[in-house]
Amino acid sequence: MAADYTPVLVALLFGVGFASLFLLAAATLGPRRDTAEKLAPFECGSEPVGSPNVRFSVKFYQVAILFLVFDIEAAFLYPWAVLFRKLSCTGELVGAVCASGVSFFGFAEMLVFLAVLIVALAYAWRKKAIGWG
Amino acid sequence: MGWLAILIPLVVFVVLGFVATLLFGWLIPALGGDLHSWYAALLKAAFILLGFVMPLAGVLTWMERRQSAMMQDRLGPNRANVGPVRAFGLMHFVADALKMLFKEDFVPANANKLLFALGPVMAIAPVLITFAVVPWGSGVCAGHLTDRLTDGQLAQCLDTGGGRFQVVHLEIGLLFYFAIASLAVYGATLAGWASYNKWSLLGGLRASSQMMSYEVTMGLAILGAFLVYGSLEPATIVQAQGDSILHWGVVTQPLGFVLFFTAAIAETKRTPFDIPEGESEVIGYFVEYSGMRFGMFYLAEFMEVIFTSAIVATVFFGGWQIPGLHADGFVAGQMPHWLVCTLQFVAWAVKVFVLCWFQLMIRWTMPRFRPDQLMRLGWKQLLPASLANILITAGVVLALMPGAK
Repeated sequence: MAADYTPVLVALLFGVGFASLFLLAAATLGPRRDTAEKLAPFECGSEPVGSPNVRFSVKFYQVAILFLVFDIEAAFLYPWAVLFRKLSCTGELVGAVCASGVSFFGFAEMLVFLAVLIVALAYAWRKKAIGWG
Repeated sequence: MGWLAILIPLVVFVVLGFVATLLFGWLIPALGGDLHSWYAALLKAAFILLGFVMPLAGVLTWMERRQSAMMQDRLGPNRANVGPVRAFGLMHFVADALKMLFKEDFVPANANKLLFALGPVMAIAPVLITFAVVPWGSGVCAGHLTDRLTDGQLAQCLDTGGGRFQVVHLEIGLLFYFAIASLAVYGATLAGWASYNKWSLLGGLRASSQMMSYEVTMGLAILGAFLVYGSLEPATIVQAQGDSILHWGVVTQPLGFVLFFTAAIAETKRTPFDIPEGESEVIGYFVEYSGMRFGMFYLAEFMEVIFTSAIVATVFFGGWQIPGLHADGFVAGQMPHWLVCTLQFVAWAVKVFVLCWFQLMIRWTMPRFRPDQLMRLGWKQLLPASLANILITAGVVLALMPGAK
């Protein structure tokens, strides 16, 4: 199985390598004439006031936490989606054809899971944790 | 002149498809190379990225300006020429690239130098990597280029001999894509934070909250397609969309398509979802970047457009499939293997190209969303809709299962 993942490594190295090449080109090809004004933070010409490390709204954190919750739940749904036909067939599955009866096991299980997800969404909605206003 | 805009890309795609077929179907095996090896994977990545994606991204930068000009009754960039060759100003993107390469690249005084450099890399590398899972053809069977292969023979050949037109063939293909693509959030956030500038910091935060919000919808919207095709592997999904247009994802998953496409456009941070950068009004997260480092963000944006098109074409528009075209042509024994390979690549490239054009249309047609509208759309409309899509799809799949009483 390990051999199957060699192309993944190749793709990763190619992507990172190519991006680094751009960075190298950027660093070597252009001229370098630094002045204090040029290196100051760009604020459309006005003098920068205070530290750039400003405080920002806690809403950004809320989005991040909600993202974590829902994205991980999405990751749980993936294997279920792939195996859905198998879970819904009481007998052997031949291709996509199920000769024996249909079972509601897979559907019911996911209904419970999605219900929890929807309740979480409704709770966040109610608490005004989602949205911007 | 309009017909040239259709003819020229078509000719380029035919040439590229033929080159790919020859390279992986004849040249590498003839030199004694192994199509399962790491260097074959590297060549495939180099071919698709350097031969197709990068040039198309460059052309798109010009196409966007030209198309927007036409939509606004202007001329747009139409006069960069090399000697007597003007080619509608197509050379503008080459001039742009050269300009960016040779411009001064400076780092603001108080910026975190390491993270400042990492920002653009993290923006562009994920796009380059995720292209590895996109299949741009069924694949080529080495040594049988002039034979008339049946579907079964080709499938067997691909399982044993390699030569798939896809860099990474993994059962978890699209999960790998989501894993890598979500790293792009770091690009925007790091760039915004490391610049040591209030406005870029806020831009980076806007970018990260937007990308996170729409990523959830993206992941859930495409789930319906996984339910229908029963696989996460892009090549398998494309395979399942053969024979008829009725099997295409856009027909079986219309809601999923709209949701996924919308969320994917939001991921590219282009109008109508461009509050993270909005160059002229709200300053974006790469305001402190100059020269080629800025060029990397710019290029990454257009490569994301192409990637969005590629993945939408793969999952919802039958990828490289031409309805009714089998491995030996529309009728049994009609076409040699090399011709089918080339045609499939052209079909894929045309779909990607048309979807790119469509995204440019959207870019210049829609006004920008306000942040609160953006969040409301993502969390309160698209997300519930994608959850409903999953439930409906699961119900329909269950009801259509053969043997259901």
